[in-house]
Amino acid sequence: MPLTLNLLRINPMSNLHIENLQVNFHTREGIVRAVDGINLSIKPGEIVGLVGESGSGKSVTCNSILQLLPAPPARIESGIIQWSGKDLLLQGDAEMQGIRGKEISMIFQDPMSCLNPYIPILDQVAEPLIIHGLCHPQKAMKNAREILLRVGVQRIAEHPRAYPHEFSGGMRQRAMIAMALITKPSLLLADEPTTALDVTVQAKVLSILKDLCGSLGTSVLFVSHDLGLVAELADRVVVMYHGKVVEQNDTRALFTQPSHPYVKALIACRPTLDISQDRLPTVDDFIDPKEEATPHPTTYSPPNPSSGQEALIEARDLIVEFKTDEGTVRAVDQVSLSISKGTTHGLVGESGSGKTTLGRSLLNLIEKSSGEIWLNGKRIPSNGQRNDSGFRKAMQIIFQDPYASLNPRLTIEQTLLEPMQVHRLGKSKTERVDRVVALLEEVGLGAEHLSRYPYEFSGGQRQRICVARALTTEPEFIVCDECVSAMDVSVQAQVLNLLKSLQVTRGLTYLFISHDLGVVKFMSDEISVMQAGRIIESGSADHIYNDPQTVYTRQLIDSIPAANRSSGLSS
Amino acid sequence: MNPENSSSLGKDAWLRLRANRMAMVSLFILLAIGLLSLFGPMLSSNAFDQQNLDRIFESPNGTYLFGTDNLGRDLFARTTYGGRISLSVGLLATLVSLIIGVTYGMISGYAGGRVDAWMMRMVDVLYSLPFIIFVILLMVMFGRNFLLLFLAIGAVEWLTMARITRAQTLNLKKAEFIEAARALGFSHTRILFRHLLPNLIGPIIVYATLTVPAVMLLEAVLSFLGLGVQAPMSSWGSLIKEGAEKMDAAPWLLLFPGSFFCLTLFSLNFLGDGLRDALDPKSSED
Repeated sequence: MPLTLNLLRINPMSNLHIENLQVNFHTREGIVRAVDGINLSIKPGEIVGLVGESGSGKSVTCNSILQLLPAPPARIESGIIQWSGKDLLLQGDAEMQGIRGKEISMIFQDPMSCLNPYIPILDQVAEPLIIHGLCHPQKAMKNAREILLRVGVQRIAEHPRAYPHEFSGGMRQRAMIAMALITKPSLLLADEPTTALDVTVQAKVLSILKDLCGSLGTSVLFVSHDLGLVAELADRVVVMYHGKVVEQNDTRALFTQPSHPYVKALIACRPTLDISQDRLPTVDDFIDPKEEATPHPTTYSPPNPSSGQEALIEARDLIVEFKTDEGTVRAVDQVSLSISKGTTHGLVGESGSGKTTLGRSLLNLIEKSSGEIWLNGKRIPSNGQRNDSGFRKAMQIIFQDPYASLNPRLTIEQTLLEPMQVHRLGKSKTERVDRVVALLEEVGLGAEHLSRYPYEFSGGQRQRICVARALTTEPEFIVCDECVSAMDVSVQAQVLNLLKSLQVTRGLTYLFISHDLGVVKFMSDEISVMQAGRIIESGSADHIYNDPQTVYTRQLIDSIPAANRSSGLSS
Repeated sequence: MNPENSSSLGKDAWLRLRANRMAMVSLFILLAIGLLSLFGPMLSSNAFDQQNLDRIFESPNGTYLFGTDNLGRDLFARTTYGGRISLSVGLLATLVSLIIGVTYGMISGYAGGRVDAWMMRMVDVLYSLPFIIFVILLMVMFGRNFLLLFLAIGAVEWLTMARITRAQTLNLKKAEFIEAARALGFSHTRILFRHLLPNLIGPIIVYATLTVPAVMLLEAVLSFLGLGVQAPMSSWGSLIKEGAEKMDAAPWLLLFPGSFFCLTLFSLNFLGDGLRDALDPKSSED
């Protein structure tokens, strides 16, 4: 498509230069140093990846460039942000409004909430041009249409008045990109722009972002927690840890010769697809090489396929339907599945493929429309019959969001004691408390955590508590529903190691649901791929990865950033 | 973050409430007003309904602390006596509306689907009943008494409470910790009262503190229509109404019952905010 986006407006000399930036959060408990004296510069046309875990200060850095920090509690203590001859930190609100969206644009993480649902997409994309007085409203609409088509929002050609809710998440994020780039800014700040998207969609959106920025000469600060993703995109990578820049280098050099131990750890602790590992290295192994927090089984033997012939749980022709206003939706469509005792069955698929529904219907948390579920050779009665507590004890679930899955008003002790009280496990209260303490120690916490409330813990610790809660009833089968998806890679590695070691010591059987093929490959003996409610492919983990039979599985594997596919950068 | 604090939510909440100065002052004021209402009429040498036509419209003085009204009745005795009625109507009716509304709303929201739809249509029907006619009907059928007044007011006020609780429950029941509780085989009653209710407490308390003054005002309206408290008995609502009519000649008639009323409402609001924060384990964090 011929496009006349001229490059004249972009000043080739303008670049961003951050010097000794220090941002503190003044809270009731004291001062938190969110960004602690960092230096960073972006050359014109350069794509810089800013990588770090949650709380490392990467988003704070990004937001302080446009003065978008929540103040209070945030306060910029010192530093200079040099931008085309001005210090952005000294600009008033009126000046900043002239810069935001015109010279420097931003894309946010959640495409669902970043567009105003009451305004047609086309109008929203055109808005920055009109607001900054860059061109006539009619011309602006024409430009908006042009750029939307360019980023692949084809629907706008036939439906120019379409509203955001008529588009998928991926399309909305494309529209966000169009909106950010329509003013031909010199710098684009992208804060985790693809984290909320499925991998196949993510790959497309990123290539569009890269192409468009390349042709406009826009430089990009790409903030992400995913090192592999950044490797794919960025010319240079900056790694932040605890508010400080620990390493910055050209992408290839950083991956091949990381110098800081934390960066080494980050590169090592991602589960990769081409090597089978029993245990993932964690950040502690690199930074503080003493005893590890996760209990590690002394005698590890990989699950023996011959001993696991006996099926623990089996689903036959399972169908789950939901009634909506539009009619009946079949979320799970005639799925048959059998998981052997002591093994892990991975379930991969994109959002909406029905994997979560399948997991919950196995546990009878969602009523199935038809089909049978067998546990240990006994058929589980359907929801109508109340006599299911025996099955409840044997099957548990660990959820994605450890922040939402603990009752905020109960202490850890209360949370862990309750299932035992309900199921009358243990003779006396002291015996139960002893068991709770033993469980906490098993997941790497301790008796001193008993009286605390969930908010006092980090995400990784909360997920350990959730694991402990799932273990209170001594189940045989646990559904892990995206249980590490919300975590940083280093925490993810710890939790995955914990789950693996528990499987060995307790002989647990897992159904491991995730959209992340690397994680699933690391955990699973067998993998099933789900699409539109059906299992389209299933087999041993290595087999699925090395020799995918369906186009869809092939696509899933190909969309994973190359650096995440292998241990090094070998693209 | 102190690892040593091994205490229940109730004890924690009390410690946090004690640290909140506004809430503690409010609690103290409420207690004082309560005690004054209970014992005030006995302290005064004049009964609340004793007329003294020689000494009408006296401004506050040594004998009559708050002055007298157009019939020479002691305003101090009348205000404190009125406090008994206003406070008990306010608190009891609110309690009734709390119990009915929260239970109803929680069950409706948690059950969902058709049950929810029917229960909420019931609420809509009750909403559409004209309140005054409803009360008149009750009075005509059962005669006039206080218990009925509580009932009538409580029976109307619970509707909004039920709606608020239901909306909150609908949001909360999708939370993963509720699903985890189901996966652990907990009964519905246990999930409702142990896992849902404590997490609903914030909005419920705030709305309850708003209900108390609303109920007191309703009582005043009813008294004005001759359906509630009748002279010579008094309530803050009826005293304020009388006082407002004579505020040119005898401003104290409005001033004293009015300040008692306002003080109570302010204190209730501050105490409500304090309670909401105190009952949230997170609040010490942010």
